Amino acid sequence: MSDTSDNRGRPVRKVRPFLEELEAKPFWANLREHKLTAQRCNACGKYFTYPPQGSCPYCLSPDFTWVDLSGKGKVYSFVTYHRAWHPAYQDKVPYNVSLVDLAEGPRLISNVVNCPPDQVKIGMNVEVVYEDNEEFTLPKFKPA
Amino acid sequence: MSNISGKYAIVGVAETKVGKRPDASTHSLHLECIKACLDDAGIKASDVDGFITNQPLNDAHRSYAVRMANMARMQPNYATDLALGGATPIAMVQNAVMAIEAGMANTVLCVHARKRGTPDPSPGNPIRHGDEHWEEPWGHFSAVANHAFAAQRHMYEFGTSSEDLAHVAVATRKHACLNNNATMRKPMTIADHQASRFICEPLRLFDCALESDGGGAVIVTSAERARDFPKRPVAILGMGQHHPHFSLMDAPSLTTLGGKKSSELAYKMAGLVPKDMDFAEIYDCFTITTMITLEDYGFCKKGEGKDFVKNGRIEIGGELPVNTHGGLLSQAHIEGMLHVTEAVRQLRGNEVEPERQVKTAKAGIVSGHGGSLCMHASLILGAL
Repeated sequence: MSDTSDNRGRPVRKVRPFLEELEAKPFWANLREHKLTAQRCNACGKYFTYPPQGSCPYCLSPDFTWVDLSGKGKVYSFVTYHRAWHPAYQDKVPYNVSLVDLAEGPRLISNVVNCPPDQVKIGMNVEVVYEDNEEFTLPKFKPA
Repeated sequence: MSNISGKYAIVGVAETKVGKRPDASTHSLHLECIKACLDDAGIKASDVDGFITNQPLNDAHRSYAVRMANMARMQPNYATDLALGGATPIAMVQNAVMAIEAGMANTVLCVHARKRGTPDPSPGNPIRHGDEHWEEPWGHFSAVANHAFAAQRHMYEFGTSSEDLAHVAVATRKHACLNNNATMRKPMTIADHQASRFICEPLRLFDCALESDGGGAVIVTSAERARDFPKRPVAILGMGQHHPHFSLMDAPSLTTLGGKKSSELAYKMAGLVPKDMDFAEIYDCFTITTMITLEDYGFCKKGEGKDFVKNGRIEIGGELPVNTHGGLLSQAHIEGMLHVTEAVRQLRGNEVEPERQVKTAKAGIVSGHGGSLCMHASLILGAL
């Protein structure tokens, strides 16, 4: 495994969101300003799930607004990676990946940080933290 | 809508040698399956008028079915390639039935081969699984992790333990030890499983399927025509599919999956219930998948899988032999194609090693499960 090939010797993609994706562009732009946002349907009032999409998953109305979320949530499930699938994570094992149910309803796949992986629990209250790099900002979660 | 239960049958079956096949490519494995399956059914390529393949993971391109048909000089009247992950082999059989019922074909060959145990000497472009860019930036990559999320929930909701999951791996290994075409033939103990390293906690190495080279195939035709074929035909009694979500971000549950609804549809079509099944070939990409599916298929109550899999109940000679070939965990991972071929061979009654033949096998259920625990297909087969 190297920076450019995986454990099967195949070339690896750079681990990066599609920042310019039509539906998701506002999500990534809002994160740059440290705002965690979701789409909310103007017809039925429900929050969309992630990934963002062009119309409401519940009523198919294309009329929605990007709204700020509280950034609070609970861990629905979690795992600890003991093996890296990508060279960028080779030095990070063991690390946590969690399904975080946000207070408003949508769920994100993210990381619980500022907490040893073996201390994460299902049902644990967490709140968003923003991890900036040169290109984009990732929402992650710390124990609340 | 008419009930097609028993109107169609499987009249040809084949599986390649599995494991590490550096001699083979994805294409050559498909051709090997096609030849062996035609021979088993006693027909020629020109007798096939329907052809179905999967979409190979490491060689995504425009209609793989038409390409492979051409390589064997078949000119089918119906062709398609399916991409339902581990639900694909069962969906192929279901599509074959639909094509025949619709009058578009009479003799449908379904092939699924995979080149994952050794590098493909002629790699194409890997197929995308969909939401990589909503997972990889947080370090989430693998099927193991998707199923580890489910295992964690099963442990939280029902008190299941890693040691409970070990019973699935150990029983499956016992069956592989009886199968001459299985990759892993060294007996495994609960302690061996518990000593294996965590890959993605709570799942350990021995909770995970193999990565394999190999393939399998079946030929579907009408039950009426089936009598003209040389081998004992096996009837298609029930079929179902259910796909409740796509991403784990939308999953309504991680402990009750598509298999519940899919199996209910299949049992209903067959007019049978779980206790009518003499064996079950249950998709086992991970031990937790088998446990959840046994619950979803009604063999025990939700949350009781941890007790059901113990005391030899899922072994040959037990109440419900499960994965009599050694499954994806210990035989080979051909995305469930060999679960289908194994069920057919069990029901033919004279093909598998005698030590792993289920006595008086009259009916069995096969499950297929794919993606982020999101796709499911069920098939009930019966002796004719």
